[in-house]
Amino acid sequence: MTVYILCFVLFLVGLYGLITRRNLIKIAISLSIMEFSIFLMLVLIGYIDNGLMPIVDPGLSAQVYVDPLPQAMVLTAIVIGLATTAMLMAIAIRLYRKYKTFDIREMKNLRG
Amino acid sequence: MSTIVKRVTPLLAGLIFLYGIYIILHGHLTPGGGFAGGAIIAGAFILLILAFGSSALNLKKEVAGSSNTESIALLMVVVLALMALLFGTKVFFFNYLPKGEPGELLSAGVIPLYNIFIGIEVAGAILTIFLALVIFKEESSK
Amino acid sequence: MDALIPLFVAIPLISAFLIVILGKLVKGFHRFLAPLTLLVLLILAVYEFTGLGKISITYAMGGWTSEGGVPVGIYLVLDGFSVLMLCIINLIGLIALFYSLSYITKYTAESNYFALFCLIIAGMNGVVLSGDLFNLFVFLEVSVISSYALVAFGVGKTELEASFKYQVLGGLASMLILLAIGLIYWKTKTLNIADVRNVLDAGYSKPFYLFVQVLLIAGFGLKAAIIPFHAWLPDAHSSAPSPISAMLSGVLIKAVGIYVLIRLFFNMFVFSYEIALVLTSLGAISMVVGSLLAIKQWDLKRLLAYSSISQVGYVVMAFGMGILLLLRGNNEAAAVLAIGGAIYHMINHAVFKGLLFLNAGAIEHRLNTRNLKEMGGLSKAMPVTSTTSFMASMSISGIPPFNGFFSKLIIVIAAINGRFYLLATLAVVVSIITLAYFLKFQRFAFFNKSTGKALDKIKEVPFAMSFSMIFLAVLCLALSLLALPSVRDSILSPAIDVLMQSDLYFTSTLGL
Repeated sequence: MTVYILCFVLFLVGLYGLITRRNLIKIAISLSIMEFSIFLMLVLIGYIDNGLMPIVDPGLSAQVYVDPLPQAMVLTAIVIGLATTAMLMAIAIRLYRKYKTFDIREMKNLRG
Repeated sequence: MSTIVKRVTPLLAGLIFLYGIYIILHGHLTPGGGFAGGAIIAGAFILLILAFGSSALNLKKEVAGSSNTESIALLMVVVLALMALLFGTKVFFFNYLPKGEPGELLSAGVIPLYNIFIGIEVAGAILTIFLALVIFKEESSK
Repeated sequence: MDALIPLFVAIPLISAFLIVILGKLVKGFHRFLAPLTLLVLLILAVYEFTGLGKISITYAMGGWTSEGGVPVGIYLVLDGFSVLMLCIINLIGLIALFYSLSYITKYTAESNYFALFCLIIAGMNGVVLSGDLFNLFVFLEVSVISSYALVAFGVGKTELEASFKYQVLGGLASMLILLAIGLIYWKTKTLNIADVRNVLDAGYSKPFYLFVQVLLIAGFGLKAAIIPFHAWLPDAHSSAPSPISAMLSGVLIKAVGIYVLIRLFFNMFVFSYEIALVLTSLGAISMVVGSLLAIKQWDLKRLLAYSSISQVGYVVMAFGMGILLLLRGNNEAAAVLAIGGAIYHMINHAVFKGLLFLNAGAIEHRLNTRNLKEMGGLSKAMPVTSTTSFMASMSISGIPPFNGFFSKLIIVIAAINGRFYLLATLAVVVSIITLAYFLKFQRFAFFNKSTGKALDKIKEVPFAMSFSMIFLAVLCLALSLLALPSVRDSILSPAIDVLMQSDLYFTSTLGL
C-alpha cells in the first residue's frame, strides 16, 4: 500500500510544480512528472506476488505471471505523453521568439 | 564538435540502428515492439545530427523525407487493418496471416508486420519533430 | 451494418495522412479530399441512424469475443445515444469544413489545417463509439492534441498564449482521467464499460468509488468547461480561427466532455445521491455565472465563449436533475423529460452556437476586428450574416418558434414536475439575461450607426461561407420540429432509453 501512496505523493509534487513555477519549460517538466507518476502506479497495480515476467516459454507448463495489461496501457500512454510534451515544447519555443522571455508573468495579453 | 566525436559517432550510430531493428523484429517474443524500437532508431539519427551540426544537412529535404516516411508507414498500418475485412471472419484488426509455432521469429500472423510499420512511423515522427525545431531555430536566427 | 462501424475512425485517419503526403505534390488536393471525406462520413452516420431503431450493435475489434462471460477484446458500441452524437459531430464538421474553404485563405499552410481537422473528427468519432475505457482515453487524446495545434494555428501572440493555457489545463485533465481509469482497473480488474457495471452490481465500497467519481467529474469537467474549470475556454475559443471555434464550442466540449461524463455516470456507475447533487449544483452555477460574465464583454468571440459555458450548464443541470429524479423513484415521466430536454439542448446548442461563431468569423473576415464598439450598421452591408445571426440569437435566447425555446421549455417543465422550483426559476432568469446580451450583440454589430468604417466597401462574404450559415439557420428552424411527440419518439427516445436502463446496455454488449 505504501508504494501507491508514494506514487500519489509524486503526482502531488508534479501538481505543485505546475501551479507555482513561472518558467514555461518548468511547467512542461512538471506535467511530465505527473504523467510518469501515473504510469508507475499503473504498472505497480498489475504486480502479483511471486509472478514471473509475462513472456511465455513454450517449454514450461503454466506459471503465475504478472498482469501484462497495465504494461500495454503504459506503453501506449508513454507515446501519448511524448506527443503532449512535444506540442508544449513547440508552443513554448514560439512564445519565446515572440516575447523574448520564458517568464509566464510577462504574457498578459488576454484578460477579462 | 571535435574530431574524436566525428569519427566515433558514425560507428556508434550504426550499432544503435541495428539494435533498434532487433527490438522491432522480436516484438512478439521479447519486451519492446514498435514504439520502443522506433524511438531507438530515431535516437541513432538524432545522434548523427548532433555530432555533425545542422549545416551538414539539407534540412528541407530531410524533413520532407521523414514526414513522408511517417505518413506512408501510418497509411500502411491502417490499410493492413482494413484488409482484415476481406479475409477470415471479416472483422477489423483480425489476425489473418498463418500463425506458426509460439517462440519462432516468423509466427504470430500479422503482428510482426504491425510492429515494423509502427516502428518506422514512430522513428519518422520523432525525427520530424526534431528537424522542425532545428529548422525553426535556423530560420529565426537569420 | 456491422462492418461499417470501424470505418468511422479509419476513413478520416486515412484522409488526414493522404492530405499530408499528396498535399505537397498536387495543389488544391486538400480542398477536394477533406469535404469528400466528411460527406462520406455524414452519409454513413445518417444511414446508421435510420437503420438502428431500438437495438444496439456491439462490434468486437479483432474478433476477440468474450471467453466464459468475461470480455477480453476492445468493443465498439453503437446505440441510440452514440449514433445521435455521431450525426451531430459529422454534420457540424462538414459545415465548418465547407466554411473554412474560403476562410482559410488568410493563413498559410492550408493542407496542415485540413489534415488536423480530419484528425479531430477521427478522434471524436472514436470517443463516441468506444465501449472500453482505455480506448476512450486514447481517442480523447488524439482529438484534444489536434485541437491544441488548431487553436494556435495563426501564430500570433494571443493565439500562442491561449493555446499554452489550454494545453496545460487540458494536460492536467487528461492526467486526472488516467488516474481515475487506473483506480477503476485496480478494483475491478477489467476495462470494458459494461463489465465494470457487472462487477459493481455485485457489491462495491462506496468511499473509494466516490473518490473515483469526483476525479472523473474534475477531469471531464475541465474538458467540458463547467465552473470552476472554465478558465481556458474564453481565451482558447476566442483566439482560434472561427470554424475551429465553432467545432470546439459546438462539438468538442460535448463529445469529449459531457458525452463521456453522462455515459459513465448513467451506464457504468451505480447512481449515488451525492454525485447527482454535485452535478446539478455545478450545472446551475455554470448557468448563472457564465451568463453574468458574458454581459460586460466587448470582444465578440469572448462573449460567445462565455455564453457557451452558460448553455453547457443547462445541459449538465438537466442531466443531474434526471439522476436525482431517478433516485427518488416515483416520478419517472419527469426524469424522461429532463434527460430528453438535456439531449435536445445539446443538439440545439451545437447548431446555434456553431452558427454564431461562423457569423463572428464572417464579420471578422470583412472588418478585421472583433471589438463590438468598432462595428455598426452592418445589417445593410452584410444581409446574409445579419439575418442568420438574428435567427441564431433568437434561438439561443429561447424565443419561439426557434429550437432553443422548445429545449429550454422541456427542461423548465421537467424541473417544475420534479419540484425543483429554484432550478426552474434560475433557468428562466438566465434565459432572460441571455436575451439581454444577445440583443447587445445585435444592436452594436448590426443595427447601430457605423462608427467611421466606410460601409460601402464592405460586401457580403463569399459563397462557401454564406451557404454554411444559411444551412445552419434553416436547421435551427427545422430542429424545432423535434418537440413534436411523434418526431421525438423516433429520434430522442432510443437515446433516453439506453441511458435510463443500463441493463439494456450491458446485456447487449456482454451477450456476445
